[in-house]
Amino acid sequence: MVAENTAKNLSITLRVWRQDGPQAVGKFVDYQSKDLSPNMSFLEMLDVVNDDLTLKGEPPIAFAHDCREGICGTCSCTINGQPHGPGKGVATCQVYMRTFRDGDVITVEPFRAAAFPIVKDLITDRSAFDKIQQAGGFITARAGSAPEANALPVPKPDADLAMDAATCIGCGACVAACKNASAMLFVGAKVSHLGILPQGQAERDKRVVAMVDTMDALGFGNCTNQYECSAACPKLISHDFISRMNRDYLAATVRAAFKAVSLGGSGGS
Amino acid sequence: MAVTGLILIGFVIGHLVGNLQVFQHPDHLNGYAQFLHQLGPLLWVARIGLLVAVVIHIWAATVLTLENNRARGTPYGFKHTIQATLASRMMRVTGYVVLGFLLYHIAHFTMGAAQSSTFKENLPAYTMQHEYRVAGFPVVAAGAKVLDVHSMVILGFQSPVVALFYIIAVGLLSFHLLHGFDSLFQTLGLRSTRWAGGLRKVALWLCLAYFAGNLAIPGAVLLGKLSPRAVGISAAPAQR
Ligand code: HEM
Ligand code: FES
Repeated sequence: MVAENTAKNLSITLRVWRQDGPQAVGKFVDYQSKDLSPNMSFLEMLDVVNDDLTLKGEPPIAFAHDCREGICGTCSCTINGQPHGPGKGVATCQVYMRTFRDGDVITVEPFRAAAFPIVKDLITDRSAFDKIQQAGGFITARAGSAPEANALPVPKPDADLAMDAATCIGCGACVAACKNASAMLFVGAKVSHLGILPQGQAERDKRVVAMVDTMDALGFGNCTNQYECSAACPKLISHDFISRMNRDYLAATVRAAFKAVSLGGSGGS
Repeated sequence: MAVTGLILIGFVIGHLVGNLQVFQHPDHLNGYAQFLHQLGPLLWVARIGLLVAVVIHIWAATVLTLENNRARGTPYGFKHTIQATLASRMMRVTGYVVLGFLLYHIAHFTMGAAQSSTFKENLPAYTMQHEYRVAGFPVVAAGAKVLDVHSMVILGFQSPVVALFYIIAVGLLSFHLLHGFDSLFQTLGLRSTRWAGGLRKVALWLCLAYFAGNLAIPGAVLLGKLSPRAVGISAAPAQR
């Protein structure tokens, strides 16, 4: 992104959620930060605040980050009530201080969901997503050398749609933004990105049922179709994938009820 | 939620279409009411079916809301909504008002516990002037003595408090349906961005038309455009 020529530095009040550990009682603490370059990223601003805290001998604010370029999904904080802060289609690491005005009070808190317990300050444990993936977010295929690329034709519209779903970086902003802390957008994207492709057909029914059931068991909320998830998603993944997953789940459940099963015994035993 | 909601939407629209017969000759609404009561056991099948739909709808809403509150855990210190519509955020509140309305409504027109002086069974019987037909079949004969539902409705709405309560409750029901109608397509997996705009328009027009139809009945009574057949009976308790 090309930086705007914004000359004036700004001062802000940072209202941050501080919580020592998973069981500790957390609270908001205010920090003043002066003379910030408007062109620094939100995470760089947190680095500056943390430098000051360290010099003063206070524990720095714990926050998660890795790539700092919007592709890993590690950075997770809710800025002024909005997961990943203001701006469409950006992660926290892509938010710049020029988005704010001099003198602003900025509230920063962790993603709030019972299924994402707080580890420390702004860091949450999002391994619940891994458990959903382990329930069905894969295909069974022969590992080893890559298969011949043209052996399995994929229509272009299907490939595009599957790619839209596959842009999910698993950051958890959909859960954080949802009024009910529901994981439907994440699961919808993961179910669809394999379910749309020919490689994903063999396990399609099993996958959608297993992933949805695991999501429910982990204590995520229920979708009320308000679409806060797709609005907060740094990859702008569409809630159409939720509708598609609902249809897939319904069809899979109905099919499962009528499916003929092998009686066993045949086949030369 | 979606399936029971759809059943209830079907019911409220059918109910409104039936009620709009109040604007026709009293034979229509009274004949229609008589016809429904003649269904006997079938009427009870429909009533129990609706009751089950309402109970499941409210039960599901309660269970889901409790689960959703638990799923959030610690609430946000800074609350913010990006794009969720007002209708979608008010579903619980509008649902409560609709439930309160439903209870009053049944006490009013079905059981006669509210405004009993103008309850259909306490009004003089009505003699059908013409035959009442449903789908071309005669169901209530001319000359039959039936309950005067037409007058009961009009006398009931002559009380401005009752009429206003109806108007507000039905307005909130229309608002509830604005999200509900749209939402059920998503729940059933039948919505996508390609036609979401069209669906929204259909939902909006449906709810506006539904509200207009329901506003018309108490509105017309309040404006004095509809008057009861039984002259001399007023909404105020009769002097004896
Ligand atoms: C009687 C009291 C009622 C209560 C307490 C109530 C409550 C609720 C609640 C809490 C929801 C879920 C909102 C959400 O998804 O965010 C809902 C959805 C819905 N309601 Fe009601 N409701 C009531 C009556 C009605 C009636 C009378 C109708 C129809 C005539 C109706 C139609 C719907 C529909 C279609 C949905 C959407 C279902 C879906 O999205 O899958 N409701 N209601
Ligand atoms: S740090 Fe990787 S997406 Fe923000």
